[in-house]
Amino acid sequence: MAQETVSARAAGASSGRVPAIAVTGITKRYPGVVANDDVSLAFHAGEIHVLLGENGAGKSTLIAMLAGMQQPDSGEILLAGRPMRLTSPRVSLDHGIGTVFQHVLLVPSLTVIENLMLGGPWWQRLNKAPALARFAELSGLLGVSIDPDAQIGRLSLGQQQQVEIMRALWRGEQVLILDEPTSMLTPQGVRDLGEVLKRLRDKGVAIVLITHKMQEAYEFGDRISVLRLGRLVGSIEPGRRATMSQHDVTEEVIHLMFGARDKTGGEVDVLLGQHRRRADRNIANQSPRLIVRHLSTVAERGECPIRDVSFELRPGEILGIAGVDGNGQKHLAEVLAGQRPAAEGEIVIGDRNVTVGGVEARRELGLRYITDERLGEGTVGIFSVATNLVLKEIGRPPLWRNGLTLWDKVNQQARDQIRTYDIRTPSERTPIAKLSGGNIQKALLARELTETASIAIFNKPTYGLDLHNIRLARERIRDGAEKGLATIVISTELDELLELSDRIGVMFQGRLAGIVDNAGQAERQIGLLMTGAAQG
Amino acid sequence: MSFVSDTRADSAVPQPPSSKLVKSTLAAVLRIFLPVLLALVVGGLILFAMGKNPLDYYGYVLNRGLFSWGGFQATLTRMVPLLLMAAGLIVAFRAGIWNLGGDGQFLLAAVITAALAPALIQVMPRSLMIICCIVVSVAVSALWALLPALLKARYGINEIITSLMMSFLGISFANVLVKLVFRDPTTTVPQTPDLPVADRLPRLFDTTVHAGILIALVVIVLVHIMMTRTSFGLKLQIVGANPRAAVHAGLNVAWLTIATFALSAGLIGLAGSIEILGVWGTVRADWNPAYGLVVVPLVFLARFHGIGTIGFTLFFAILMIGGESASRRIGVPQHYVLVLVALLLLFLALVEYLDQLWRKRVKD
Repeated sequence: MAQETVSARAAGASSGRVPAIAVTGITKRYPGVVANDDVSLAFHAGEIHVLLGENGAGKSTLIAMLAGMQQPDSGEILLAGRPMRLTSPRVSLDHGIGTVFQHVLLVPSLTVIENLMLGGPWWQRLNKAPALARFAELSGLLGVSIDPDAQIGRLSLGQQQQVEIMRALWRGEQVLILDEPTSMLTPQGVRDLGEVLKRLRDKGVAIVLITHKMQEAYEFGDRISVLRLGRLVGSIEPGRRATMSQHDVTEEVIHLMFGARDKTGGEVDVLLGQHRRRADRNIANQSPRLIVRHLSTVAERGECPIRDVSFELRPGEILGIAGVDGNGQKHLAEVLAGQRPAAEGEIVIGDRNVTVGGVEARRELGLRYITDERLGEGTVGIFSVATNLVLKEIGRPPLWRNGLTLWDKVNQQARDQIRTYDIRTPSERTPIAKLSGGNIQKALLARELTETASIAIFNKPTYGLDLHNIRLARERIRDGAEKGLATIVISTELDELLELSDRIGVMFQGRLAGIVDNAGQAERQIGLLMTGAAQG
Repeated sequence: MSFVSDTRADSAVPQPPSSKLVKSTLAAVLRIFLPVLLALVVGGLILFAMGKNPLDYYGYVLNRGLFSWGGFQATLTRMVPLLLMAAGLIVAFRAGIWNLGGDGQFLLAAVITAALAPALIQVMPRSLMIICCIVVSVAVSALWALLPALLKARYGINEIITSLMMSFLGISFANVLVKLVFRDPTTTVPQTPDLPVADRLPRLFDTTVHAGILIALVVIVLVHIMMTRTSFGLKLQIVGANPRAAVHAGLNVAWLTIATFALSAGLIGLAGSIEILGVWGTVRADWNPAYGLVVVPLVFLARFHGIGTIGFTLFFAILMIGGESASRRIGVPQHYVLVLVALLLLFLALVEYLDQLWRKRVKD
């Protein structure tokens, strides 16, 4: 294998013109959408090729076809110049095309080497020795050292991702595709990933990197291609890329992505990760709306509990909660919402101790929780939009009388909300799962942020949304705070927190490692707290 | 499980009429009647292979179960326990709780009623006796279901397994009660004392059909209204469709689980009680009509739709009543009807699978 790698690199370097993998004139249609419209792209060995584009631009469809999960309607996939039909993920893997998806797809209870050995032929006995040899080979290639017998669940997310990369390269290292690989990582994790990718590139791997962050595109990309509405709208070739400043690259990409659209709109800011900090407002003299003292929870298997968390939140204030995913953010949100019992400590809303009260009691006091799992727990996917809009009001007047559902009123109210909040749906009776993520989020916001709300907890409010809806959601959060809503925003996107928050708390291993004022050198301080390197 | 969701979406949100609706209705009708048709055809082929004339068999079934006056009355009478059990299962299934303990719950209620009725009739008028019997039996069934309910609510233990095991225990326990506790000392066969015909549920007009059919019809309609038009029904459906959303919305999932189990078992107990008060008047040892598991496919066929269930129970009651005499006449085993039920289940699953495949293909 090692020799093969070397020869592949040599071939890539000498010929240079035959791409490791290419798509020519590829088109893929879904009912009502053309996901990829006559796209032609080449991915060369020894090159990091960044694919940029908004949600819905067709990036995911393109990699799904390269990964063998979808078949193109027309057009060809060329592997080292030869047309190839990638009919299943296994075929893709056998040809050395590996994909690392956004979320870790490893079995947490198995060890590193066991995870890598999965997917072998079922009739063969597991043979660890050759697997270990391959593991050592790939460790050298990536320049990382991981214990092959460590349980996946005990590794950091960055290390888990390195194992994912190894798995993707397990049966050959021609092409490595990464779908938004940095969304789960700390700033340090992102830097480490960059090192690994550059190393792999120098060893002759063709790397396809999908991202929606301009900064990463500039830092990692040898070649940058932009997709918009299923079409390839432009590329920056390596030759040209070398001569361009960061500013030039940014300008060109923005032009490609947004075309004639107003460049001063919020989408560009979102893309660039630029944040206009909120103006300082005088909220210190108000009495806290929410007080949390020494709050702890009990964890079930695979969860991270919170330990001894204390903070105060004033009306009109936005408290950001930063941290790498899985450091107790979920438990914090759930225990505040009343979905999860507190093991210790207390929660006070206004002057009422609500530690033992459930969701309903806290909702009555104005506390609202906008969950990150919009379909997982926020809504019942097969129920209508109308039903989901009243999910937390069931049994209460005026939509219910003596326990009887007044469906006409429920539907009428839903039609009003759909109009007011611009929820794009065929009808109020459409099952909500058929809506796009942005519109489901709009429905959730409409349900939660009613006039009686006084505290709002947002868990990853923009996760999985397109730029337009990200901007809308952030505006909504800001507007709420302006109107006096005491707000908590939990997010893994540091840019988002820096843009929205007055103060930012950092979760690390279930503790609130520190709360920093969002000013000046906050970023650096937060980065240190996120990795447990500093105590705030 | 997609067809489960279909019902829920339909009942919660009536769709506006359109050509699309006509198409989807047609598809729904096909999904329901194709398995029935296939089961009848293949069942017929099996009869043919046994050297019997399937047309004769089905002809007898129809004649006896539907077109003869006496047979039709028997069919209506048989519908009573089936409908009430279906009502109990609809409540549970729509809440995503798979109560398969129906036979145990049914039989316990039947034994309690059979033991109570002859004793109570000595001291109180018939109407009061009937009410007392029903209340106590329903309560006993609901209590019997409490154990799987608590295990599910508290520890998340799969209720399919616990309720099914409790069913075997319930059947055996009912037998023990008949043989050891409530046995009529004046008979040689172990059975409970007989409730005189005059003291049973009144008959309707001049027929042999007892008043239980009215109770059953009212109950199934009420259950349907409860599931589609009340806040309690909607809460149950949310628990069934997405338990995590139920927690998120602040519903008391544990309490709803227990309430569902109690209601479901209570309705099945009502079936047992009324079957004794209306038809048998006594329970013999080892008597077990085993309606519980045959009602399950009917409820699935009707896609948990209360009103739709009435049609399917009628169909199945005809098959049962007609099948008993048809078997005797053309000489196949009496339980041949169960072969048809099994075929029905197989084809139900098969049609469902093909439907899924077809939808997926349309989507792609």
